Amino acid sequence: MTEAATQQVMSINMGPQHPSTHGVLRLILELDGETVVKATPHIGFLHRGVEKLAEYKTYHQFITLTDRLDYLAPLSNNLGYVLAVEKLLNIEAPKRSQYIRIILCELTRISSHLLWLATHALDIGAMTVYFYCFRERETINNIFEMAAGARMNLSYFRIGGVARDLPDGFVEKVREFVNDFPARLRDYETLLTKNKIWLMRTKDVGVISAEDAINYGLSGPSIRGSGVKWDVRKSEPYSSYDEMDFIVPVGQNGDVYDRYIVRLEEMRQSNEIVRQAMDTIPKGKFIAELPDVTLPQKENLKKSMEALIHHFKVVTGGICPPVGEVYACVEAPKGELGFYIVSDGTKNPYRVKIRPPSFVNLEGLQKMVEGHLIADVVAVIGSLDIVLGEIDR
Amino acid sequence: MADVSAIGKKLKKKFPNAVTKVKTFRGELTISIDKDYIERVAKFLCGDKASNFDYLSDLCGVDKSRLGSSNTFEVVYHLYSLKKNHRVRLKVEIPASNPIIDTVTNVWKTADWHEREAYDMFGIIFEGHPNLKRILTPEGFEGYPLRKDYPLKGRQPDSLREVYRKGKE
Repeated sequence: MTEAATQQVMSINMGPQHPSTHGVLRLILELDGETVVKATPHIGFLHRGVEKLAEYKTYHQFITLTDRLDYLAPLSNNLGYVLAVEKLLNIEAPKRSQYIRIILCELTRISSHLLWLATHALDIGAMTVYFYCFRERETINNIFEMAAGARMNLSYFRIGGVARDLPDGFVEKVREFVNDFPARLRDYETLLTKNKIWLMRTKDVGVISAEDAINYGLSGPSIRGSGVKWDVRKSEPYSSYDEMDFIVPVGQNGDVYDRYIVRLEEMRQSNEIVRQAMDTIPKGKFIAELPDVTLPQKENLKKSMEALIHHFKVVTGGICPPVGEVYACVEAPKGELGFYIVSDGTKNPYRVKIRPPSFVNLEGLQKMVEGHLIADVVAVIGSLDIVLGEIDR
Repeated sequence: MADVSAIGKKLKKKFPNAVTKVKTFRGELTISIDKDYIERVAKFLCGDKASNFDYLSDLCGVDKSRLGSSNTFEVVYHLYSLKKNHRVRLKVEIPASNPIIDTVTNVWKTADWHEREAYDMFGIIFEGHPNLKRILTPEGFEGYPLRKDYPLKGRQPDSLREVYRKGKE
């Protein structure tokens, strides 16, 4: 806690209804003039008991609930969960589905970062960027709609693969986006990167050192902004990420500006990953053929009695993984997203623990804002890119 | 992923009474620790040059009461080393009737909110925690929702409704 200059400390309530808290975050700010002496986050307004619900769902059913954690990056949540179950079952998805997962997860990352950039810039007062970002996000949502049929909560991944193959025209549409996007990114950069107002609002604000960032458990762009070169896609590659060529951008000072630079560069890298995956996507099955785990193709249900029985069996009986426990993590747009699943051998998971990156990143907020101005709080919250859906679960 | 099997052996050598079980499942190392030793083991694993677990990925509670006949809770720690790039899982069993365990907040600051969540959901008391309050459920909430004996459609008593409406006096 910072020493108060005067003894007149005032408590101010910020949120849960406040446009700059990105959801239902409530902060109790203790202020000395305009300086924050102490910031206490209150969370849980969006608590839906997802982990409790998981214990009453089958392994397939829970996929749809993972969409609702970080609702800006539903596919990353899907992926984290299905990878954990696949690890538990000791199976691997076919190569083609792994590539489809990469393409869609990287588009998700771009989409999530676009929304972050839009709202973060809007919080600080730059309104134009908001409209630009939402224009590109709309294109990505259209792409998602082509593949999954939904725009927001996709639930497209399945245990052992993906729900269906990529539709006709998908590749062309994505290619068009991938070719356009670098120019769009340059547009955003001309608006912000060297903008004097932007620099004044973000440079040396919300600084956290690498050592503290590790101790506070930050992950994703929030820790990389402090110069820690750690990305789960590189350190523990999953889903064929080791076959992709990309760099992990890092910052130096650990301030809001560096986190901004890191995320912008990440969008560029994600764009290149999508391009590579599209160029090298192998042919083959989009879901593994494992009768006791994966569902038969939907079209066959109307033609084949065996397929119908098979479908009925998997849906009602569920899948029963062996007794054991696994932890699998992925690099979600916000950081390390982990799923810890304990199985007792029945069709329902015995315990599912979600390690949400935003929950842990938000813990570092106090450290970053104490001793700084109240206006910086808004900038720092924006730079952490929190989503209350996964914080509260 | 680096080889982690040596860590179990090393830990056993350093704290012969602390390690109760070492198990590997799907390539993940799990070490069961006696509850009196958790803080010392955490400090050792964090500071030791060879293991260097400087990052606490996750900490959570598990209610084991429907697994077998043991009426116990488990506190599960997922550790990661940024420098060595390896993971290990620590498990500590504590009796459900008296769920008390030492905090690890003075080893990893990130444990603060994780421990509060485990307290909120299971009622596990972390001794030495600086601010052990409920985190996800509101103040005045009764019961511990992730315990197995808490019903899925659990309701809060009516008397709390007024408190929620008016806020705490």
